[in-house]
Amino acid sequence: MSRWGMVIDLNRCTACQGCVSACHEENNVPPSTPDLSAMGRSIRWIDMMPVQEGEYPHATMSVLPMMCQHCEHPPCIKVCPVGATFFSEEEGIVGQIYPRCIGCRYCTTACPYTVRQFNWFEPAVPETYLEGTNPDVSRRYKGVVEKCTLCHHRLQKARDQARAEGRDLLPGEYTPACVEVCPTDAMVFGDLEDRESEVSKKSRSKRAYRLLEDLGTEPKVFYLREGNRQ
Amino acid sequence: MNVHEKPLPRPGDPLGEDYALVRPVVESNPRFWIVVGILLSGVLLGVVAYVHQVRTGLGVTGMNRPVYWGMYIINFVFFIGISHAGTLISAILRLSQAEWRRAITRSAEVITVMVIVFGVANVIFDLGRPDRLLYIVLHGRLQSPLLWDVCSITVYLTCSSIYLYLPLIPDIAILRDQTTKRRWLYRALALGWQGTKRQHKVLAKAIGILMVLVIPVAVSVHTVVSFVFAMTVQPMWHAAIFGPYFVVGAIYSGIAALIIAMAIIRWAYHLENYLKQIHFDYLGKLLFVMTMLWFYFTFAEYLTTWYGAEPVHMKVWWAKFSGPYAPHFWAMVICCFIIPFAVLSRRQTRNVAGTVFASIFITVGMWLERFIIVVPTISNPRLPFDRGVYSPSWVEWSMLVGCSCFFILLYVLFTRFFPIVSIWEIQEGRSHGVDELVERVEGYLPDAPAATEASGTNGGLQGAPEGAAS
Repeated sequence: MSRWGMVIDLNRCTACQGCVSACHEENNVPPSTPDLSAMGRSIRWIDMMPVQEGEYPHATMSVLPMMCQHCEHPPCIKVCPVGATFFSEEEGIVGQIYPRCIGCRYCTTACPYTVRQFNWFEPAVPETYLEGTNPDVSRRYKGVVEKCTLCHHRLQKARDQARAEGRDLLPGEYTPACVEVCPTDAMVFGDLEDRESEVSKKSRSKRAYRLLEDLGTEPKVFYLREGNRQ
Repeated sequence: MNVHEKPLPRPGDPLGEDYALVRPVVESNPRFWIVVGILLSGVLLGVVAYVHQVRTGLGVTGMNRPVYWGMYIINFVFFIGISHAGTLISAILRLSQAEWRRAITRSAEVITVMVIVFGVANVIFDLGRPDRLLYIVLHGRLQSPLLWDVCSITVYLTCSSIYLYLPLIPDIAILRDQTTKRRWLYRALALGWQGTKRQHKVLAKAIGILMVLVIPVAVSVHTVVSFVFAMTVQPMWHAAIFGPYFVVGAIYSGIAALIIAMAIIRWAYHLENYLKQIHFDYLGKLLFVMTMLWFYFTFAEYLTTWYGAEPVHMKVWWAKFSGPYAPHFWAMVICCFIIPFAVLSRRQTRNVAGTVFASIFITVGMWLERFIIVVPTISNPRLPFDRGVYSPSWVEWSMLVGCSCFFILLYVLFTRFFPIVSIWEIQEGRSHGVDELVERVEGYLPDAPAATEASGTNGGLQGAPEGAAS
């Protein structure tokens, strides 16, 4: 049993949005348009959330890379009427089954992090984009909910490889696209169950915190507070 | 007005003075077709809007991230609320042996059955994939509050339909025996009703069981509708008050809708003799009680939030009181409390015009109340991430028009097929009601013999007295 999780060090994050564009490429998320953006209908599995702390003149701004928090107790799964979203007990990943989703958007409403996305229209994929489609990730269609899957297709691939070679999965073999491209190594990914792993150590750092911890959802995405405020 | 002189087939017609009740069924009227035409064009508008939505996607609505729910969910709660008029009020009036119920129960019960369909329809409009609707049955998860709704509303629709149909049987038999139109239909629907003593006994028993059964079902329906919101952890939704608050709101808007419907029936079919000032006065008093209850619940809800002053809740609170949704909020307060309170608390204004005036404001106000419950919460999520403002698009408005017109159309058609005021119950009231009432009141008195007491309670509770067939 694994508990795949992530630590994002806000001291290191430069908000370059490399993770955002890598996610779009990896997961066949079509680019947004100004129209969609103006209507608040852009689909982004990972996005930058600006957070202001304090009031002027003592205000500080920070930017949080924000995606599905892969809660240990996800409020979205409880409410789904048809079981289109599920929690993998083996891996701790919250998944979404597009062919099952009826598009009632109860999960999007119940998620306290508002990180679930809905296809308001048939996704408009530019011609040039089609050539770069990732064959490992199914494309979505109008009327269903989608969200970050922690690139679990990469886990499946790594698993298959390890199984074919008759060994266990090694640390570092499975990494989501956003973590892979991060130029400053602000994002660290791995098995939180493995106490020796870097992600597990960092998640126990004094700077570590999780979003809306008081709701008891137990997210598996940890943030490391910016260092000047220990 | 064009009134055809069309005598009923039997000489010495026993309907006599109650002919006014079957007139809409047996006589045609050009005004009816004008109304049908107007309503059909409204329905057509809704159909055009829905086809557009299905082809293009839910993007044609005003919804966005994070306002994932909008007009359709508001309409769902609103229509289900209206449906509480009928069955629940009719059941309570029957159960409490209110003699003045006889003229109004039918028109109330019809509202329930007709409008609940549109409550359900609005959830289907809200689906991104309506073609997968059956997944709710095939892959339904009882852990989801939406499934609780499905179960509860199905039971309610079934019970309400039977509860509408049973007291209709003797009237259908009257139409079968005494009119010439659509006899095949009435013959089939009357189920061989002859009005024998035994048949009356069975009918009274069936109605008696249903009216008791239907009350908890009705309460459960609006409670689980509220649970859809209350079970999430979203600010100002996650509250235990939501169940009873929704039930009270539903009954409130339901009575208002009933008063409007009764006034229109009374005006269109000249039933001033049946739907009297006194009915509007009594319903107006009931409506006043609900006004106070609604205010009490609203006050309790907002005071609790304000005093606790948790920041995430207060964001929603301020969005309602002085933020982007303040016009909706204060319009709701005026429509649901200030106007009804002013009109219904005074005897001089608690007449037909006054109660209808208040009821129209209440109906609008209760729609706004649902807006105020649904939208400000989801447009102010816990994280300072997305802040949406929602205003419905033309598609959503057209769907509201379409649903409302379709509902009114079904209601109008019902009045053209069946008597909208129960004939047999009026006749029963005339022949037995008064005596029974005297007997019952005597039974309350300290010097009443025991036998009178027993028969009085029994006969009344069954809805129809023992000798109804005579």
